[in-house]
Amino acid sequence: MTNAQRADSAGMPLDVNVLIGPYPYRYVPHPDPDVLVRVLAREGLRGAWVGHLPSAFYRDPTPGNAALFAALEPHRAVLAPAPCIRPDWPRWDRALRDAVEQGAVAIRAYPPQWGMGPHDRSLQALAAAIGEISSILLLTVRFEDLRQRGNLDVAGDLDAATIRATVRSAPNTRVVVTAAGREMIEQVHWGLTPDERARLWWDISWIWGPPDDHLAHLFRTLGAERFVYGTQWPMRLTQTPRANLDLLPDDLRDARLADAGEIELR
Amino acid sequence: MTAVSAGSAPRATPLAGGEPLIDVHAHFLHVGTGRSDWDAPNAARFRAGERIGISVLVASTLGSWGFTSPTYFPSPVDVTAGNTAMLELQEREGDRVRIYAAVNPNDTGHAIAEIERCVAGGAVGVKLAASRRADDPLLDPICELAAEHGLPILHHIWQHRRREWPAQEASDGLELGRLAERHPSVSFILAHIGGGGDYAHTYVAVSELPNVYLDLSGSGVDRGMLDGALEAVGAQRLLWGCDVTIETGLAKLRALDVIGLGADAISDIRWRNAMRIFPAGSFPSVARAAERVAR
Repeated sequence: MTNAQRADSAGMPLDVNVLIGPYPYRYVPHPDPDVLVRVLAREGLRGAWVGHLPSAFYRDPTPGNAALFAALEPHRAVLAPAPCIRPDWPRWDRALRDAVEQGAVAIRAYPPQWGMGPHDRSLQALAAAIGEISSILLLTVRFEDLRQRGNLDVAGDLDAATIRATVRSAPNTRVVVTAAGREMIEQVHWGLTPDERARLWWDISWIWGPPDDHLAHLFRTLGAERFVYGTQWPMRLTQTPRANLDLLPDDLRDARLADAGEIELR
Repeated sequence: MTAVSAGSAPRATPLAGGEPLIDVHAHFLHVGTGRSDWDAPNAARFRAGERIGISVLVASTLGSWGFTSPTYFPSPVDVTAGNTAMLELQEREGDRVRIYAAVNPNDTGHAIAEIERCVAGGAVGVKLAASRRADDPLLDPICELAAEHGLPILHHIWQHRRREWPAQEASDGLELGRLAERHPSVSFILAHIGGGGDYAHTYVAVSELPNVYLDLSGSGVDRGMLDGALEAVGAQRLLWGCDVTIETGLAKLRALDVIGLGADAISDIRWRNAMRIFPAGSFPSVARAAERVAR
């Protein structure tokens, strides 16, 4: 992105929760980078951290990461790759280094899909390694509502205990968690020390708005600065988080989310 | 980079524009639902509704919402209390709230009496949730009464049902379709397109049943869902609504704007289809607004 483009897009959100590629359990319309670029422009988003959706379900994510970097290459001004690294796979540390050298903005990990619980040593080693190279760990609570999943999709949601243990285990690592709801967010946030909370952000893609006003409640209790913009395209309508922000009560009209670009620079 | 602003849209004008907008799937709480803050979600629904520009909320309450009997299996006492609270709300709110008579078909006699009582009080539809499977013969007398009064039936529907869900006897599109075939003169509103994920199952199940309408409410915001609904049943069988997540209702309105629908089709979904299937005179404020536009 040029300096002029950066100036033009100042204030436009950056979407941390975007994927490309097909979903294994049902049809998802055109999950392609060129479509994504048009959607971002239409929705007033300046860019996105982009993962490779099928890689979450691969045993070996290496080919998925290669496909991700290749697919994003023509669009790198707005689409930043967020490949996934599986820490119980041989030479994962080398794969991590390579990914960062190729321009990974964040590293995705999928503990439920890989059968990793709260005290998995390999997950903690990955989290620590990500901190050592000043990258960001990106976790996903869910791709779909538990009630709507296909019968082959048995991994379950990422649990609060795993997030807490991971954040605690890697004191230099910034963590962004996507697709969490209010209950999960509160169980993690209030189960961490202030220093630990300060390294953790949540995207707003799955937080309910009115009439229960979970987003407003979380802004008032945790602070809007703990949240970042996320849509979970191509699984979900990109219009949802903006609609949620537009429906916040008047006392929160000046609330400001954290900007993912600032998290990158910390 | 500047941090992202929360509510950056201008607040003076409705977010969804000034054209009439009927939410066919709203809910309210009441004092008997066991929450000390029961009024807060109600106030939030009105606040968000005004911000969006919702003209009328067609609403129900499901008994005590689980406080003194289960949400989806409400006792007769709770059904009556919930409907009474809704009748009072409708009386208080004037044109902006219309209500469904919510009933449990297992107490068939009570359900029939309750529909009659609520219709006398101004109810414009019947709400069935998940107390009994949609194709069960116990629902027939309720449908016959709905036909007699010209009332649509909003039925809670979940996607392709391969198993039982806890705390409810949910139905899917096929099961509602069987009921709709038995009662062709009744309009059935299939709630929240049956939910996300397996929504395609719903489309095939009801696409050829002209008396089944899909409401767009619910937390499911799967990409492809709206396009599929349009393709399956057309804009004249879609109804806009929110259910318990109003932000997703607004998101879907905005999505309809970008998937290539014409103004007429959008008007059908926003309010015209509802005007057609609810009893005449149900929405006087919308009728007045439509007359102003026509002039």
